[in-house]
Amino acid sequence: MTLEALQVLLSDTPSGLLPARNQMALSLGWHIILACFGVAFPSMTFIVHWRGVFRGDAVALELAKRWSKVSAVLFAIGAVSGTVLSFEMGLLWPGLMGRYGDVLGLPFAFEGLAFFVEAIFLGIYLYGWGRMPPRIHLLMLVPMACAGVIGTFCVIAVNAWMNNPTGFRLNAAGEVVDVDPWAAMFNDGVWLMFAHMWVGAFVVVGFTVAGVYAAGMLRGHRDPHHRLGFIVPFVFATVAALAQPLVGHVLGLRVAESQPAKLAAFELAETTEQPAPLRLGGIMIDGEVRYSIDIPKIGSLIARNSFDKPVPGLDEVPEDERPPVNITHWAFQSMVGIGTLLALSVLLFWFVRWRGRDLLESRWFLRYAVAAGPLAMIALEAGWIATEVGRQPWVVWQVLRTEDAVTDNPWIWWSLAGTAVVYLGMTLGAYVVLRSMARRWRAGELDLPSPYGPESAEGVKEASR
Amino acid sequence: MAAALFAGVVVYSVFGGADFGSGFFDATAGGARRGAQVRTLIDHSIGPVWEANHVWLIYVLVTWWTAFPGTFAAAMSTLWLPLMLALLGIVLRGASFAFRKYSATIGQARLFGIVFAGSSLITPFFLGCVAGAIASGRVPADGGGDLVSSWVNPTSLFGGLIAGGSCAYLAGSFLVADAARSGHPGLAEMLRVRTLGVGAVTGACVFAALVPIRQDAATLFDGLTGRALPLMVLSAFAGAGALVLIWTRRYAVARFAAAAAVGTVTLGWGVGQYPWLLVDQVTIEQAAGADATLQALLVAVGLAVVIVVPALSYLLYLTQSERWLRH
Repeated sequence: MTLEALQVLLSDTPSGLLPARNQMALSLGWHIILACFGVAFPSMTFIVHWRGVFRGDAVALELAKRWSKVSAVLFAIGAVSGTVLSFEMGLLWPGLMGRYGDVLGLPFAFEGLAFFVEAIFLGIYLYGWGRMPPRIHLLMLVPMACAGVIGTFCVIAVNAWMNNPTGFRLNAAGEVVDVDPWAAMFNDGVWLMFAHMWVGAFVVVGFTVAGVYAAGMLRGHRDPHHRLGFIVPFVFATVAALAQPLVGHVLGLRVAESQPAKLAAFELAETTEQPAPLRLGGIMIDGEVRYSIDIPKIGSLIARNSFDKPVPGLDEVPEDERPPVNITHWAFQSMVGIGTLLALSVLLFWFVRWRGRDLLESRWFLRYAVAAGPLAMIALEAGWIATEVGRQPWVVWQVLRTEDAVTDNPWIWWSLAGTAVVYLGMTLGAYVVLRSMARRWRAGELDLPSPYGPESAEGVKEASR
Repeated sequence: MAAALFAGVVVYSVFGGADFGSGFFDATAGGARRGAQVRTLIDHSIGPVWEANHVWLIYVLVTWWTAFPGTFAAAMSTLWLPLMLALLGIVLRGASFAFRKYSATIGQARLFGIVFAGSSLITPFFLGCVAGAIASGRVPADGGGDLVSSWVNPTSLFGGLIAGGSCAYLAGSFLVADAARSGHPGLAEMLRVRTLGVGAVTGACVFAALVPIRQDAATLFDGLTGRALPLMVLSAFAGAGALVLIWTRRYAVARFAAAAAVGTVTLGWGVGQYPWLLVDQVTIEQAAGADATLQALLVAVGLAVVIVVPALSYLLYLTQSERWLRH
């Protein structure tokens, strides 16, 4: 059966579709994590830096300094992986960019603008340590944080447009006419999708950064530095993790109206049911759902906000317009499952703290806190897979099929392989460098001079002794 | 809109060029002991600006696909290979530059340094090839041009060499000035000699290129020797002037002359191929996307001028002035 499926996959679609899709998935999936840091990290750094400047808290100031150096590394690789994406839009999807470039381009232009602002002020902020008056230096983070918000909105606007295409018309000859780029940018789907992604960025970065300090505490570093390093991002993560289920729920309600096929895949609904059950787990084999745990009526509640409204089934969608059901369903459920876990865990933490017990004393909680960062990343990736795979086979919902957008370039498998190697290398490089930064900080080196030659390398060793 | 797009190309070739070119000096700085001073200088001088410079490229791409979507798709599908290689260079360079800055050991720094320098050299070369391919009319209007011969030809290869050389020359003139200003006369002397060499070779390259271009890219040649002639002459004067200024150690002014030389030669290319967007294939007017989008894009460009230019000027002012030289 697998072989048959593979044959169908390979024969029916243009040769470039599979590798192009994977390359885009790889580079976008990689970039999305770094983009989160670009969005959320400046705000967190602002809080600790503010505390350092206005309360004279040396520990907080040191945290801000270190976070800014970590931001520099993450921002650099985020910037290049973002550039990769803007190339790939054309290199992989000429059919999309050639036809709809002028419809979807405007938000990208504003995104570029936002990114510009962020890059400039990051440059000033990083090199401003010890060179600018402290209060002005602190202010340099504000445009960075604002640019992060605007940038997120703009990128999501393009994606929302692909899911809710407006702002143009196709004439009888199939040409794109009556282009209104503003209508395309501010399409119906953009606000909720933006909110979901923006809050998601704080979930990911909040838990990840807090997890780093939780790991430090597990190793016995129980100083004010680690406490503050944990609690600031954890507060951000708390607010975001509690807001996210609400945003997600309201966003989900829209899907029933705008993309019933996607909702059907989310809910693993083969036929339309009224009221629909909530299916936990399960897999669809040959059009039948197996191994799922069904909870009556809850499916309707979650998808439609009512106990008896119907959830559309895949039987209402023509066969060649159905998304890959199982991937979509599992990705969606992973996202919701992890999101729920994260929200419950922050509630538990603050409740217990309110009752006078500090969970930071519990090794089990610290272990969980270390895992929460990667879990949040998985939830982010899963959510993104759910919305993107659920949209297939369309690249622009019911207007342009993915197979019509893809390049016919014969070397695309090679470029996929190359991309995989380069991204693996970049991940390893970032890991090695960030880890060695942490080690040198622990060893008491504060300024981390770069060893450009043996003399300075010797100096580094002496300084760390 | 074409002017706004091309302004992006020119600015990128000057600012981006200056920091790509530093890769040449990084690569030729010598072993770890001998090269340490140059590498530290490079890090110090491009560290704050390279990310901002890099955004110009994104600006060019975004403006291109938004304002002229068809030609963007055509160029991307035809020039797939050099663009992929340039992209590889951009990725490796950006990552390794950031990694090197925070390397813990000399071994790590050396590895990331090699990647940084190498990728800084290949990126301008391949982008130059892309420019040459477009200028010599090898990108068909509906895409699908030959994947190899579209950029392996005299005009493209010379384009690559000139781009690489201009970047190195430009970087040299900035680094010399930085070195002299931060009180490293020995370093400045060494960079001065290299910059003079690179400048002379690149200048010769520009004029040597005219011979094959005449055969290979007639439309561009007519443009360069016709409408764009004043710009090319200006570029030659600026380039030669910069060499003289570096020779006589007037580095502060030389920076501007070198930037002018590179800026005008890029501008000359643009004027030379006007009114074509893809030479001999599609004119700018034919390529334009929807009117409403062009107007909206002008709003974006206007905002960019209001928001980005002051911020960027502030950053450049800070890095090029005495205030930030204290280590």
